[in-house]
Amino acid sequence: MKRRSSFRVLWLQSGGCGGCSMSLLNAEQPDLYNALDTLDIELLWHPSFSENSGDEFLGLLARLESGTEALDALCLEGSVMRGPNGSGRFHLLAGTGRPMMSVIAALAERARYTLAIGSCAAFGGITAAGGNIVEACGLQYEGDHPGGLLDADWRSCGGLPVINVAGCPTHPGWVIDTLGQLAAGRLTPERLDTLNRPRDYTDHLVHHGCPRNEYYEYKASAEQPSDLGCMMENLGCLGTQARADCNIRPWNGSSSCLSGGYACINCTAPGFEEPGHPFTHTPKIAGIPIGLPTDMPKAWFVALASLSKAATPRRLKVNAVSDHIQVAPGHEPEGER
Amino acid sequence: MSTRRILGPINRVEGDLEVRLEADERRVLSAQVNSPLFRGFEQILHGKHPNDALVYTPRICGICSVSQSVAAARALADLGSVETAENGRLATNLILAAENLADHLTHFYLFFMPDFAREVYASEPWHEQIAARFKAQTGSAHPEVLRARAELLHLTAMLAGKWPHSLALQPGGTTCPVEPHHQTRIRLVIRAFRDFLERTLFGDNLEQIIALDSGEVLKAWATEHASTDFGRFLQLADTLDLSSLGRGHDCFLSYGAYDDEGPAFADGVWHHEQYGELNQSDITEDLSHSWTGGHPEPRHPFEGSTIPTDMREGYSWCKAPRLNGTPMEVGALARQLIDGHPLVRALVSESGGNVRNRVIARLLELARVVSLMEDWAARLRPGDPFCTTTGLPPEGEGMGLVEAARGSLGHWLRVHKGRILNYQIIAPTTWNFSPRDALEAPGPLEQALAGTDVGDARGEVRIQHIIRSFDPCMVCTVH
Repeated sequence: MKRRSSFRVLWLQSGGCGGCSMSLLNAEQPDLYNALDTLDIELLWHPSFSENSGDEFLGLLARLESGTEALDALCLEGSVMRGPNGSGRFHLLAGTGRPMMSVIAALAERARYTLAIGSCAAFGGITAAGGNIVEACGLQYEGDHPGGLLDADWRSCGGLPVINVAGCPTHPGWVIDTLGQLAAGRLTPERLDTLNRPRDYTDHLVHHGCPRNEYYEYKASAEQPSDLGCMMENLGCLGTQARADCNIRPWNGSSSCLSGGYACINCTAPGFEEPGHPFTHTPKIAGIPIGLPTDMPKAWFVALASLSKAATPRRLKVNAVSDHIQVAPGHEPEGER
Repeated sequence: MSTRRILGPINRVEGDLEVRLEADERRVLSAQVNSPLFRGFEQILHGKHPNDALVYTPRICGICSVSQSVAAARALADLGSVETAENGRLATNLILAAENLADHLTHFYLFFMPDFAREVYASEPWHEQIAARFKAQTGSAHPEVLRARAELLHLTAMLAGKWPHSLALQPGGTTCPVEPHHQTRIRLVIRAFRDFLERTLFGDNLEQIIALDSGEVLKAWATEHASTDFGRFLQLADTLDLSSLGRGHDCFLSYGAYDDEGPAFADGVWHHEQYGELNQSDITEDLSHSWTGGHPEPRHPFEGSTIPTDMREGYSWCKAPRLNGTPMEVGALARQLIDGHPLVRALVSESGGNVRNRVIARLLELARVVSLMEDWAARLRPGDPFCTTTGLPPEGEGMGLVEAARGSLGHWLRVHKGRILNYQIIAPTTWNFSPRDALEAPGPLEQALAGTDVGDARGEVRIQHIIRSFDPCMVCTVH
């Protein structure tokens, strides 16, 4: 049987850690290579998975850049490195002496679609933290400001802006689902959110499906790492504001940051790398966290929080500050609220 | 007449790498190794709350993420004289072991072996079979390896939320306590990984692999297990004489691996064919050939700095770490040699540090660590604490040393007024792929490449075997 022509993807890395690729390898049922094959996606070259290096790769790059070979999607992992002084010399592509920044810009003009894989490539991410002496930025954003390496109104030949598959790292499912829809010609502009992230996963909050939801409902809060309670009040958790389906779509088979006992740091959002306070500490004014759940009016949050705190079952009060369940459901001692 | 060749980008090395060779018609005369990406994590960390190192440093590297977390957590524990909860210590060992073993597997099957499937070997009688098994992306090994790797990393879901980039590893232990049934599941995951190794990689019990104790015994084993993946590698190593390829300085360093009332694999150095004690205060970084500046003389990392220059002097963003002025090779071979495993001691005594021996030590370590993991998992005590409360002093310094899959990783931090004043990181591949120092002594890879036969069509792939035998991680190297 003749198969339809495959969707040709080139994957490049610049100012990042490679963690989105490593996360991609965690794909299961099926594994990554099987998934790509099934979706008719051909990985022309990937820095960690491909055989070719050196001149073999540079030859491919030249053909893609000149347009003699077609490119369906360019995936960039890692920030665009513009420094020092706009020269791009903090990352010269090995074997060429050429700033990676200019290689990326040239290929983005050829590719039908360009994808930013991870928050570094999307917004600048961790590499842009601190004073950002390396002048790191995203492909089409600098933090939450539209316009990065590419202008805010730039569109790929395929008519889409840079698709920001943000996350630190990205979930393998986010990447595979997005590439699969592009390959099938089914990813429309309406399916991207206001930051051009796929709505498949950003129409959810990390809070959705949080295993600590009962503690949240009653404001029974964890006070230190390994406590079982809700981490919003004290430990910096941003799950009620972060846009991702981390507690619906499990990580590594069964878990998530919140299941793992530590705060959501909102890693799919621009600027997550500089929260303005220590990551695992919740800033508050008059005892109320500054960051409130998305779409929730402050007065209602305060009113509901005080009401639910008054109603907190003793079971949750005890368990919230314990590292294992001390009181099981249905074992609430009479009159001990 | 000598010629100059620039090789790059060299892939399957976790980041970007360039190698410049000076060669005559037959051999490499000298090599320069260039790490061409600078991100500046030391600068990012400056002024941050010390606990924020637990968010930033794992993101130095997507393949050594947990190792970076452990180094940071240990540095903070050292700063605050924090006692780690026993369960947290065991859980940290398990999380770190899961990453290290996943990395060993990734290295062997995805990064190293695919080079033998290249066309340049097509005339060899073994090529068809090796290519069918190991060719990049399409080899028959890959689906089962990816599955085994992903399932091993389920351990990180149970103990650390996710991999990579977990925040579960803390100075006082871990954030993710286990219930009794989790403990059972953890043991089942480790068992499944053992089964994979015994069935696919070794075709033998792990205990038999651990018991291999000499070159002769290994040779006999390889003959009997020719149709296993380890057996296939050993035969290739023999046919292609990989034990003569990529000889380093034969000076080795290990910080000691896993915290089991003292390191489970001993710390120390191996120099002039004997064991010696490690004194970390003898570590310095030399910047003479690096594109970073700040101090003309080599300094200990507590006093060090990482400041990018205008790239006029030097040839790599990587610094040159030295122990007592000596370049040191780090990694599984160093760890197993220093720990005194009889097979590795025997192989190094016969042929030193080389491509074959580096790979053998890594695969041996897969077997040894699985056996340790089984013990740690059994010793977890659900119900007992996983994390102690930590308060950090506003002034002080701390050091965190750990063994990542690919070798010795160190963090040194200094805190002033509750903020990070200085944070310096020396990663495994900073040691292995270091540039020259002020005395023009080459780094371990530079040394290992010198003399390599490049007189035929296989020269370039031979260079790549040597490079990848170190299991480099370029994003850690400079960070």
